[in-house]
Amino acid sequence: MRRMGVKYLYLFLLITLLMGNLFAQDRFPKPEFETDYYQPQTTTPLPDSQLFNYLDVFLLVIGMSLAAYFSLKSRSRRGIFIISLLSVLYFGFFRKGCVCSVGSLQNFALALGNSGYVLPVLVGAVFILPLLFSLFFARSFCSSVCPLGAIQDLLVLKPLKLPSALSKVLSFLPYLYLGFAVLLAFTNSGFIICRYDPFINIFRLSGDFNKIIYTGAFLILCVLIARPYCRFLCPYGVLLGWMSGLSSRHVTITPTECIQCKLCENSCPFDAIEKPSPEKVPETRTAGTKRVGILLLLIPLIIFVSGFALSRLDNILARANPTVRLAEQIRLEDEGVVKETTLESRTFRSQEKTGEQLANESQNIVAQFRIGGWILGAFLGLTFSLKLFGLSVRRKREDYEPNPQHCFSCGRCWESCPVDRAPSAKVKKLGLK
Amino acid sequence: MDNSKKINRRKFFQTAVALSVGGLGGAIAIKSTKANTVWQIDPNLCTQCEKCATECVLSQSAVKCVHAYDVCGYCELCGGYSTPDAIHLDTAAENQLCPTGAIKRTYIEDPYFEYSIDETKCIGCAKCVKGCGAFGNGSLYLQVRHDLCLNCNECAIARVCPSGAFKQVPVDKPYLLRGEQGYVK
Repeated sequence: MRRMGVKYLYLFLLITLLMGNLFAQDRFPKPEFETDYYQPQTTTPLPDSQLFNYLDVFLLVIGMSLAAYFSLKSRSRRGIFIISLLSVLYFGFFRKGCVCSVGSLQNFALALGNSGYVLPVLVGAVFILPLLFSLFFARSFCSSVCPLGAIQDLLVLKPLKLPSALSKVLSFLPYLYLGFAVLLAFTNSGFIICRYDPFINIFRLSGDFNKIIYTGAFLILCVLIARPYCRFLCPYGVLLGWMSGLSSRHVTITPTECIQCKLCENSCPFDAIEKPSPEKVPETRTAGTKRVGILLLLIPLIIFVSGFALSRLDNILARANPTVRLAEQIRLEDEGVVKETTLESRTFRSQEKTGEQLANESQNIVAQFRIGGWILGAFLGLTFSLKLFGLSVRRKREDYEPNPQHCFSCGRCWESCPVDRAPSAKVKKLGLK
Repeated sequence: MDNSKKINRRKFFQTAVALSVGGLGGAIAIKSTKANTVWQIDPNLCTQCEKCATECVLSQSAVKCVHAYDVCGYCELCGGYSTPDAIHLDTAAENQLCPTGAIKRTYIEDPYFEYSIDETKCIGCAKCVKGCGAFGNGSLYLQVRHDLCLNCNECAIARVCPSGAFKQVPVDKPYLLRGEQGYVK
């Protein structure tokens, strides 16, 4: 009987404590002032007007239209240069680089994977519009409108020429980056493109020590290697490249007809000019057919093996997700394997959710990673095999032509083409023409 | 003949991809919200872990402490203003909880004091928020100040926030205020 009494007392105390928490705001009611005290309001400074967001999309369209006009119609390198400058100033330094088309692909993937996240229309527009433009007017977006591309383009001073084997290998990196960024955004594990954006710190003019070192190193790299981010990292460039490959309009080096003078051969700092294929065929037809045949047979195998391998890495990949990491920490603490608690685990224990719910959530995310691993592996296997296939087949090409997928439409090659050009003052003086 | 066939095939692919990209865009437009979003802290979820002060990409965090005046008790003994072991309840620096002295205390009438925040000094460390919530009404709480916030696509603080208090809210309702001004009880 007495024990019961103690039990009820505890219950009463517990309830009063809970009530105390619920009505915490009533602990000290606001006093009735006798003097004529004027109570100030909490200020609420507003974000930049929504108009700016509409202006961004408007300027994006205007910029891309002008860039397409300059690169495809009027062939004005100066025009493209001016847009680059304006883009770095407006989208970069004034708007601080967020949200950009490159990053918006993660918002898109997140919206696909999570019904809880709704994509704002303007972010969707920033993602879709450059893709549509590239489908019809090649990569004029990359030439100057993208602030990341533009800032690198302005730093192309005296770039080194990379060995073609190296740049072939490095050009596989954007596919990896794209695949992982989409997988992580889809599973709501974070936006790695934003996190490792090398230029955002210079646009914001802030950042901690590590970030400043990272950005500085990248800017120096941009002087040595032309557009390193666009060529060897940019995940959005992969999508733009596909679109541009389908476009019927591309930058042409000569305004009329190529006279095979080879002057443009080294004019592209991005190695996007393809040479005419050599006349003689170095191997017999059967050998080539056999190689391509083996490759075609290997493609399904490569896709399957890489898909299988990545799906087996689900537990490791899933550790990129904070919920999975927290569930693991909670499990280890509960089993007594680790002694120290973390800030995250302490916070979790102060909340209402149970460990079981968390473990379930974590398992669902790991399952997403398993399926995502299959898709990502298959995608990477396919792109790898297609790269091999591209190396193995020979396309007949008669003129010097920019690669339809990799050309950024910057127009540097025009200057080297002598066709239909007025002779310069120096040439006239020498009486050469 | 051969060439025109090739161009036709390209046109076909181009149209197909254009339609699908356009359709995708349309699907986004239907499913998405009209307003952009901004980052904000839900004061009821915040656990005052002090990360807001250090994780923001700005060198001075865009998160500041704000004061809901109509929730405040105007006490002389303020858990958000004075340190727990303060010898005197005065404005002396050693008795103040705020590391930068950003909370201003003004005498109104006996025994009431008004507390206001100098946001140019506030670093968003939430020490006062913890003190106010533990002992007082919870009238001091953290908010993202939108005149400072760059609205990064991935908020660096939200990424490390242990309680999930960082949310993306519609731009036309950019604050989660307490008291009569707000809708967070």
